[in-house]
Amino acid sequence: METIYALATAPGKSGVAVIRISGSLALNAAQKLAGKLPNFRVTGLRSLRNEVGELLDQALVIVFSKGHSFTGEDIAELHLHGGAATVKSVLTALSKINGLRMAEPGEFTRRALENGCLDLAQVEGLSDLLEAETEAQRKQALQIFSGALGKLVKSWRSDLLRAVALLEATIDFVDEDVPVDVNPEVLALLNRVMKSLVKEAKGVKITERIRDGFEVAIVGSPNVGKSTLLNKLAGREAAIVSEIAGTTRDVIEVRMDLNGIPVTILDTAGLRSTDDTVESIGIKRAVERAERADLRVFLYEKTAQDLLLKPKPSDIIVRNKADLLTGSNFSISAKTGLGIEELVLRISNILNKLAGGAGTAIRERHRIAISKAIFLIDQVIINIKNDLESTEILAEDLHHGIRALDCLVGRVGVEQILDEIFSSFCIGK
Amino acid sequence: MKHQDYDVIVVGGGHAGTEAAHAAARLGAKTALITMSKSDIGVMSCNPAIGGLGKGHLVREIDALDGLMGRVADIAGIQFRLLNRRKGPAVQGPRAQADRKLYYKAMQQEIFNQENLQVIEGEVIDLLKNNYKLLGILLADGSKISAASVILTTGTFLRGVIYIGSVSKPGGRVGNSPSIKLAERLSEFDLTLGRLKTGTPPRLDGRTINWDVLQSQPGDEDPHMFSFLSNKPTARQVSCGITHTNQITHDIIRENLKKSSMYGGYLDGIGPRYCPSIEDKVVRFSDKSSHQVFLEPEGLDDNTVYPNGISTSLPIEIQEKYVKSILGLEGVKILQPGYAIEYDYIDPRGLTDSLSVKNIDGLYLAGQINGTTGYEEAAAQGLVAGLNAAKHATGRSEIYFSRAESYIGVMIDDLITRGVSEPYRMFTSRAEFRLSLRADNADQRLTPVGVKIGCVSEGRASKFDIKMTHMKKAVNKIEKLTFTPSELFEKGIKIKQDGKRRDGFSLLSLQDVDFVKLISLRTELGNIPRDIQLQIERDALYKTYIKRQENDVATMKRDEALKIPVTLTYESIVGISNELKTKLQMVRPATLGHASRIDGMTPAALTLLLAKIKQFNKKTVLL
Repeated sequence: METIYALATAPGKSGVAVIRISGSLALNAAQKLAGKLPNFRVTGLRSLRNEVGELLDQALVIVFSKGHSFTGEDIAELHLHGGAATVKSVLTALSKINGLRMAEPGEFTRRALENGCLDLAQVEGLSDLLEAETEAQRKQALQIFSGALGKLVKSWRSDLLRAVALLEATIDFVDEDVPVDVNPEVLALLNRVMKSLVKEAKGVKITERIRDGFEVAIVGSPNVGKSTLLNKLAGREAAIVSEIAGTTRDVIEVRMDLNGIPVTILDTAGLRSTDDTVESIGIKRAVERAERADLRVFLYEKTAQDLLLKPKPSDIIVRNKADLLTGSNFSISAKTGLGIEELVLRISNILNKLAGGAGTAIRERHRIAISKAIFLIDQVIINIKNDLESTEILAEDLHHGIRALDCLVGRVGVEQILDEIFSSFCIGK
Repeated sequence: MKHQDYDVIVVGGGHAGTEAAHAAARLGAKTALITMSKSDIGVMSCNPAIGGLGKGHLVREIDALDGLMGRVADIAGIQFRLLNRRKGPAVQGPRAQADRKLYYKAMQQEIFNQENLQVIEGEVIDLLKNNYKLLGILLADGSKISAASVILTTGTFLRGVIYIGSVSKPGGRVGNSPSIKLAERLSEFDLTLGRLKTGTPPRLDGRTINWDVLQSQPGDEDPHMFSFLSNKPTARQVSCGITHTNQITHDIIRENLKKSSMYGGYLDGIGPRYCPSIEDKVVRFSDKSSHQVFLEPEGLDDNTVYPNGISTSLPIEIQEKYVKSILGLEGVKILQPGYAIEYDYIDPRGLTDSLSVKNIDGLYLAGQINGTTGYEEAAAQGLVAGLNAAKHATGRSEIYFSRAESYIGVMIDDLITRGVSEPYRMFTSRAEFRLSLRADNADQRLTPVGVKIGCVSEGRASKFDIKMTHMKKAVNKIEKLTFTPSELFEKGIKIKQDGKRRDGFSLLSLQDVDFVKLISLRTELGNIPRDIQLQIERDALYKTYIKRQENDVATMKRDEALKIPVTLTYESIVGISNELKTKLQMVRPATLGHASRIDGMTPAALTLLLAKIKQFNKKTVLL
């Protein structure tokens, strides 16, 4: 069975990320990155390096032997210092090791079951376990919220925490030196959050998908018109188009919107054997990138060529230069635009299918969370404005709204609320 | 002198001890309460008040289970106030100033007249045990008393040290010596000990206070009692005074900060943030020019006044000086200086949900020893420990209080799950199901539980039954009445004109509909007794919210039903972080629900834990 790997944890407060590798090559793979492995079940601090010797991270490495691990297989765990970049670099390094592939959601659990580490009597628990792994992936998605979006989420949290703390302060510390009417401040805080939430709800799909939209690689022999096609799709001169074979020596990326789907089109070097060192590096990169892309469009002129890269079943194979040559297969002319609409439709159909998968579901959850929170917090705002409900109901609704945003802002617990109260007001009758 | 053997021994006669001993005795366990002096029983060592927000809820719950505190406080109450009167019933907390002497008298009467309960004077210096089973206690005079269960309620007496300025002396309370040997014995067990501190203000002579210039705070006109059995106050009612510190007060404190025990670096235990000393207030909120001080009379025929809000550990002469700078206190006489007290507490994460020590069979801890503060918190723990110790002694199954059903459950769960970082006090915001856990419905939530446990008297049980019969009848009646939107609109009730008929109970959950309004719609409802009307009104108010919480409650109960085997180890669970494993190992949660509330627990880790439990149980069955 193939050896699989995946990020097994969410980057928690401690900022530790665990990458789990399971299967017969797990120890071997870990060794390639970490050097000498520690004894089973004993943590060891190791420097992780990629295939060219670059230091990726100082990590804790734990290995578990076959039969004594969660999946029942050999397992290596790499405890990294969180951070999306570090995790990504290690995952990339693993992806380059032969025989390894990224785990599907729930796959570790499935293996555990298959290997008898979970017996069939526990099937009812299995669905929960699968959910747990999905949950871990959900947390991974939180990595999306770094940078500007991260700051935004932080401000939501602090505003909501402050608002709910104000309400709670008037409830629990009524005889104390706390303001009697906190509603104006609560209202201001909630209005600010709402404005931001609404704005984000509208933009969330686009920003996130543009951030790491689908990749579509155009591949083919030199001079079949790959760059021309890219330019046609992008509507601008993104790649250098020339008659000389092998012009595109690196991977050119152009981001665009294809029928509403954000896509990064990769224009790759023409695939052929060459003695030109620069070109051969370009070709190597082209193959790598094309392999990792979500979809490949294979271009050919007269007949489909045997390339360094084989098309996958879902890939598109299309004949170009239909303006010059005739044939019966699906044909386009990148130059005149003939058949381009049909090509775009085919690409977007395939990507739409992919979009239904887990990756989009993660983002979808965030979108749902935001719209649910908008609904609930809006209710609180209306009730405050119209002086409709008493404080404990406002607080109850606000707690509910904040809980809806849990997956974004993190849990707002009573201790955090009390912290906020005690640091703002002099409590102490 | 030869002591007889007991089912339950309670060490300490404070709020936790009395409640524990009384509860154990109510269950029919042969119980001994051991105290250094019989006259310590029923003493209120801090401020002369009971109840408040969260705290008042606890007292109502204690009362619903036929405990002492509510009844005794009602007898002693000299000023009753229902806090948050203008907010909804869920966050209304009854509070009362108590006459110390009346409280003492009433508590003594309860304890000395309780069947199955004997009070013994003596100092407990050691615990007798055989490996992991507790056998009894050793008194300072060398006598041994054996019992199946022992409850320690030693309050601040474990290695207690009292501080006034740079002066410190061992003591559990002013005028009492601390328990040192017992603390040493406890530290031998697999328990974690920590240090906490708390403070008291100087006590003032009320005759030297210029009340005329002070604002007065009277009690409520319609006092809300603690006990479901009480009707109205019996003691004469008085008012409290309110005054404020000023810039001069703050200057005096600031100038002498270094002389205080805390700021002079004489003690370093952690104090509660919600009960800071006046030194703390001046330092931490330096922009505030004034802090309020409540002048609480300690009794009807007692001139002592407790100035709530200015606890201190400054030297006596500075206390004198700053107190006299306050309006109305210019000529005041200090009867007893304020002091800080630092004491040992046991990390409550070493306890089970019945408050028994995990590693020792038959040993229970309740009250301040567990890191809590407040009479009410102590009493509620005493009750839980008392009931469970009695059950344990007589070989019956233990009693579990859920967060979904009581503040008692919230507190126990908080303590044993999260431990404490400062003295733990109850707040209503700690209860996630706050709208259901109200002071007004404590009897509906807990009296049936108490009846089942066997700790509720027949008199209370039958009174409760009668009330519930009335309630059910009335609710039935109201639910059968239906109203059209147009009819409601005519009566000025804002409602969606959707043509749907609404029943009377649903109407009561609307903001602008109370029972009086309902009677105006259907006059025959006027026959329902007023107290029943009000209770139905309160029950109906949160109906939709409580319904929304039902799923959460069900999930919690389901997880709480999933017991974690005591021998389960967390080491081998792959996918749970080491940090979390350490926490799990320390807390050793009793149920999956309990585990879910450990700080940092993730859904993923929880499901892994669930799988582990199932796996573990499966293996055990096969063996």
